Amino acid sequence: MTHPSTTGSAPVLALRDVSKSFGAVRALRDVSLELLPGEVHALAGENGAGKSTLIKTLAGVHRPDAGQVLLDGAPVVLHGPGDARDAGVAVIYQEPTLFPDLSIAENIFMGRRPRRSLGRIDHRATHTATLALMRRLGVELDPDRPARGLSIADQQIVEIAKALSFDARVLIMDEPTAALTGSEVARLFGVVRTLREQGAAVLFISHRLEEIFRICERVTTLRDGALIASEPLAGMTEDDLVRRMVGRDLDDLYPKQDVTPGEIALSVRRLTREGVFTDVSFDVRRGEIVGLAGLVGAGRTEVARAVFGVDRRDAGEVTVDGRALTNGAPSTAMAAGLALVPEDRRAQGLVMDMSIERNIGLTGLRTTVRAGLMDRAAERSRSLDWAVRLQVKYTRIADAVSTLSGGNQQKVVLAKWLATGPRVLIVDEPTRGIDVGTKAEVHRLLSELAADGVAVLMISSDLPEILGMADRVLVMHEGRLTAEIPRSEATEETVMAAATGRAAA
Amino acid sequence: MADVSLSRAVRWDTVVGALLITVLLLSFGLVDGFGNALNLSFLIGNTLPIALIALPMTLLVVSGEIDLSVASTAGLSGAVMGALWNQGMSIETIIPICLLLGVVCGLVNGLLVTRLGLPSLAVTIGTLAAYRGIAQIVLGSDAVTDFPTPYLDFASGRIGDTFVPYALLPFLLLLAIAVVALHATPFGRSLFATGASEEAARFAGVRVRRQKLILFTVTGLMASLTGVFWALHYASARYDNATGLELSVVAAVLLGGIDFDGGKGTLGGAVAGVFLLGALQNVMSLQDVSAQSQIVVTGVLLVLSVLGPRVARQIAVARAGRRAVRAAPPTP
Repeated sequence: MTHPSTTGSAPVLALRDVSKSFGAVRALRDVSLELLPGEVHALAGENGAGKSTLIKTLAGVHRPDAGQVLLDGAPVVLHGPGDARDAGVAVIYQEPTLFPDLSIAENIFMGRRPRRSLGRIDHRATHTATLALMRRLGVELDPDRPARGLSIADQQIVEIAKALSFDARVLIMDEPTAALTGSEVARLFGVVRTLREQGAAVLFISHRLEEIFRICERVTTLRDGALIASEPLAGMTEDDLVRRMVGRDLDDLYPKQDVTPGEIALSVRRLTREGVFTDVSFDVRRGEIVGLAGLVGAGRTEVARAVFGVDRRDAGEVTVDGRALTNGAPSTAMAAGLALVPEDRRAQGLVMDMSIERNIGLTGLRTTVRAGLMDRAAERSRSLDWAVRLQVKYTRIADAVSTLSGGNQQKVVLAKWLATGPRVLIVDEPTRGIDVGTKAEVHRLLSELAADGVAVLMISSDLPEILGMADRVLVMHEGRLTAEIPRSEATEETVMAAATGRAAA
Repeated sequence: MADVSLSRAVRWDTVVGALLITVLLLSFGLVDGFGNALNLSFLIGNTLPIALIALPMTLLVVSGEIDLSVASTAGLSGAVMGALWNQGMSIETIIPICLLLGVVCGLVNGLLVTRLGLPSLAVTIGTLAAYRGIAQIVLGSDAVTDFPTPYLDFASGRIGDTFVPYALLPFLLLLAIAVVALHATPFGRSLFATGASEEAARFAGVRVRRQKLILFTVTGLMASLTGVFWALHYASARYDNATGLELSVVAAVLLGGIDFDGGKGTLGGAVAGVFLLGALQNVMSLQDVSAQSQIVVTGVLLVLSVLGPRVARQIAVARAGRRAVRAAPPTP
């Protein structure tokens, strides 16, 4: 175990030997952490490693059972988020919660807007102060614009501006990039660098390792609630970091097998949904993993929905193994052997209140039936079988899926669809928000499916995932397919060029 | 950790069942004239209209929808029955026509909800008024009472000197069908999924719109059947038959632990809720409690029935939380 360094400037905020338990669960064990001014510090660890508890301890939500929180070297007790804010600690969450009907300026100065005489609100001062904050961040956002309709990236900027307006010296960013596009991430990192130069201490959490290496100077790794290491990133490799997080050597994160593609399994012809995407045609062959890349909003998810039939198409044709699919009918798509693992597992992939067994069973309502009635024994064995095959970690198969971690929920969604024995599998952001160990498992699974002759269409905003897994990359830009790039020519540059419409490949 | 949703539903079922038995036992002991077979047959006979509509209503609420026009459909069906009887048509022709009418009423509700995407609460408040209005146009203020004796006897009579009304037998058959449909078929399974998360159900290939259309249509059919039964049971077909019955049905179903937000509950609980309400109404009638006061009691029950399961769930969650803490391994 390495100890935090004591060189350079004094830490603004630190934890010393902090432990925190919930019942019998020891979420943090003797963890120490030092956040230095002008430094971006990464917090790494798998789901359940204790990252959230650590953040909440810094933010005053949890009070440590043992150990101390140190502010400017002096022990403090944070009685709540308000205390943390007054101490200059701000947390930026993955999905900000702004008041949609209020303007950006009103959101930032909520409840403490500059006043004129007689208690009247000084709109001009609010506007000017907001402009000044935006200038500090190097971002152009109109202070009078309502928060409704802002992208998640813009909403985060507003949250950061709000934090600055409270004179925050410590910024904790909890997976801020999970829902951002490449260019939005670049802008956010620009802002983070600006803050760093202005002397702020930043704690940055991300599942995307390459981002940690791009923006951070130090990394603290947690595993099972314990501090594994706190060290400079310089000289470390992604493999080093993964080993610290997982506790063992992880096999290849992208275990792509070479498969000779078979006949065409999924054929999409001139698919159009007015105002959303236009004239989209492509094929996916048996054994092939085809990546569908593009910026968020380019129409990738919408194409998948229309192919599966959750949305109706206005024109075009979809065939699976030569069988034309009825428009707007997921049930016929399923019968033809098509499966869609949707983008939003909590809202679309799973019925959160239902058990693991019944969620997996939901795709088997036509098969686990005897004489028109549910065959409960068959349903249970089918669900158990797939839950075990995908190594879902659960206590009882009858537990609600909401009790599982994100990665295990995603495995249940996969189990639910693989149980249908699909010939064509569409996966939309299959590894979003899940930890690196589970991510590798999902990739291995997709690779094995392809090797077994399943045609896989993989939508992903995670470019390394696309490059690592896809035999072929389709790129969408503003509702149109703009490029098809074979694996050998696919690089971040060629894909991003097509995704941003800079070049036609 | 326990499956909170399931354990809660089971627990609330049990609570309502126990409550029903308690009320029955207390009434046997304390209320004069309650325990004899004739009164019990009245209790059951007078509760059957609520019970009949509660069957499809349970399925509707489980799938996340509601139909408030059921009492008006029943009234319309009775009014049409009376008007056609006055025209001299045979009862064997009239009843199928009334049932068909119910199918149409339900289909209209279903199409408005599924094709236009309107909320069922709003749609059926509208048709509640519309169907009742049509009933009044059809029959005016007449009361038709001279239906054929065998039909009147069947709808109001009982088997020998027992407490069993004839009409209870077909109801039990319908109950069995509904229980199987909701709890043992793929259709029922998909209703629970739709009620808990319509979007996730759609993504799993559940034909949500078709399913809802079927439910609204069956509900219309059962409401018109209830309207026919009502007119025969009380030997009176009037346009205002069964006014306010939707309140009793919804109260009974929610009291039985069917979650208003959809996705949770059992038919056993719903039927227990129905007969709990029926028993209370019977006892209040025996004690000469006015009809107005009975409506107040129904209203209060409606509020309690929404509140009760929530409280039960919070207790269940708190318990599950404690269990989880006790059972949790030392490391996550």
